[in-house]
Amino acid sequence: MLQYLVKRLLAAVPVLLGISVAVFLMMHLVPGDPAKMMLGELAVQKEAIDNLRRQLGLDDPIPVQYWRFLRGALRGDLGRSVLENQPVARMIWQALPSTIELTLAGLGIAIALGFILGVTAAVRQNSWVDNASMVVALWGVSMPSFWMGLLLIFLFSLKLGWLPATGQGGLERLLMPAFTLGYVASAVIARLVRSSMLEVLRQDYVRTARAKGLADRLVIYRHALKNALIPVVTVLGLQFGALLGGAVVIETVFSRPGIGRLAVTSILSKDFQVTQGTVLMSAVFYTLVNIAVDFSYAFLDPRIRYD
Amino acid sequence: MTDRVTLTARPTATDMEPAVRRSESPWRSAFRRLRRNRGAMAGLYLVLVLVAVAVMADSLSPYDPIRVTPDAALQAPSGKYLLGTDLLGRDILSRLIHGARISLRVGLVSVGIAAMAGTTLGLLAGFYGRWLDLVVMRLIDLMLAFPNVLLALAIIAILGPSIFNLMIAVGISATPGYARLVRGSVLSAKENVYVEAAVAVGATDGLIIWRHILPNVLAPIIILATLGMAGAILTGAALSFLGLGVQPPTPEWGTMLSDGRNYLRKAWWITTFPGLAIMMTVLAINMLGDGLRDALDPRLKT
Repeated sequence: MLQYLVKRLLAAVPVLLGISVAVFLMMHLVPGDPAKMMLGELAVQKEAIDNLRRQLGLDDPIPVQYWRFLRGALRGDLGRSVLENQPVARMIWQALPSTIELTLAGLGIAIALGFILGVTAAVRQNSWVDNASMVVALWGVSMPSFWMGLLLIFLFSLKLGWLPATGQGGLERLLMPAFTLGYVASAVIARLVRSSMLEVLRQDYVRTARAKGLADRLVIYRHALKNALIPVVTVLGLQFGALLGGAVVIETVFSRPGIGRLAVTSILSKDFQVTQGTVLMSAVFYTLVNIAVDFSYAFLDPRIRYD
Repeated sequence: MTDRVTLTARPTATDMEPAVRRSESPWRSAFRRLRRNRGAMAGLYLVLVLVAVAVMADSLSPYDPIRVTPDAALQAPSGKYLLGTDLLGRDILSRLIHGARISLRVGLVSVGIAAMAGTTLGLLAGFYGRWLDLVVMRLIDLMLAFPNVLLALAIIAILGPSIFNLMIAVGISATPGYARLVRGSVLSAKENVYVEAAVAVGATDGLIIWRHILPNVLAPIIILATLGMAGAILTGAALSFLGLGVQPPTPEWGTMLSDGRNYLRKAWWITTFPGLAIMMTVLAINMLGDGLRDALDPRLKT
């Protein structure tokens, strides 16, 4: 087990290095002069451009620049925001809790909703409950999250006045964004849980359990669901990526000061180093989550060998 | 293109053809299954209506979708403006109709980019294997290390926000899915005896890929492309909503929603109709895609 752990972590090193190269190259893939692009209308003075070029170290050879970027990133230095005039790392650090809170709450809602829908549908395959659950799920995959967010704001904030529409802090400000984020993701989980459950319910050991006279509830939750979980856990990592992407949109709709919002505003204001920082952090975070998912997968399914 | 001369070098296939012809072709029976699926057909008809609306947008829309009429700002739905007007007095219905054009274009072009790039990469990796496979798959792994939307965001950050760059960004971020799917299908298709036979009679690589491998991977590509189109339209609208995609004054559904954000109470119609339009479009394509999957790959049906 420990060997597998170490192996998996070592395998992530080239991926993380690849991510760092890709994010570093973003600056150099900008058509034209990145310093000019970042200054926008202010780029009339040649002096200003040269200053920024020097500050970003754009005149050094590319490998030197990359080495500086990597060394900085490993030390927690992600450059400076031109607009806010503060370290990018600090901005990300401040925005991180909001995004973590949102994605975790969204994930919780997605799993709960997905399992309820998926299991009910599978247990009563082809009944109206099954059909209704799958319609709800199809609805979820097709619903634009930003519209759903606006609808919730309209209903619960403007009409009923129950929940604050925007901002950060407290359960009442988390509920709507987390539900919006979670509902969309729950659809994918529900469909997967359903098909995985159907597969498991056909297995011999489930029939045996039933034949022994065990209560239906016990068979479903003790025997079937546990094994149906396995394929679901593998997509949880992917779902987490979808949630991180979804957070970009949700944070804008509900004006939450998270990483996604930071990424969007930095692109709109051409604060390029902030964009790089947010993209880098999201990818690193996502990679680490996927490693964690791999581990939990290995724990869940004893059939998997660790060598 | 493939070498025509080598076409004659497949006597074994021609000998077998009459026997094969008599039974129904898999495509035909798939179509028969699709036609029996009510949800899929409803989706198909909706998509066809949408395409018709997009094609005839100019003659269907009652007003100019872009012209600003300050006197008619924020009008509620009425006989004159069926779905009301926005902040600048533009007719929502006309903008919605023209928006169908934009959304379908974003969906089609991004899926086209993703499917073509992904299929090419997957074919190369799966067919030639060895170092090419290694290089392509590492590239795909790297792309998959970024959460989908963030990859699109990064590309837009590099290229700048516009409808063209939006399609490139959404297309590239969807590419890994096709590459992986095609590579897997190619690896299993390569094991078929007829591929071995084609190699034995000296068929060129291009011919083998075109005639023997590609038909095998076509069905999963069609399924993925259809469902991917729904996703691409959704992502495109979301990025445009954020101001990172289609730019004003182009009538685009996501941008329309963003325009109406601050008028939820005063003018509900600005956000409601484009929201509905996006949802119905994506729902229709998803239903069609689900039906296609069941029809083309009966094994997947549960």
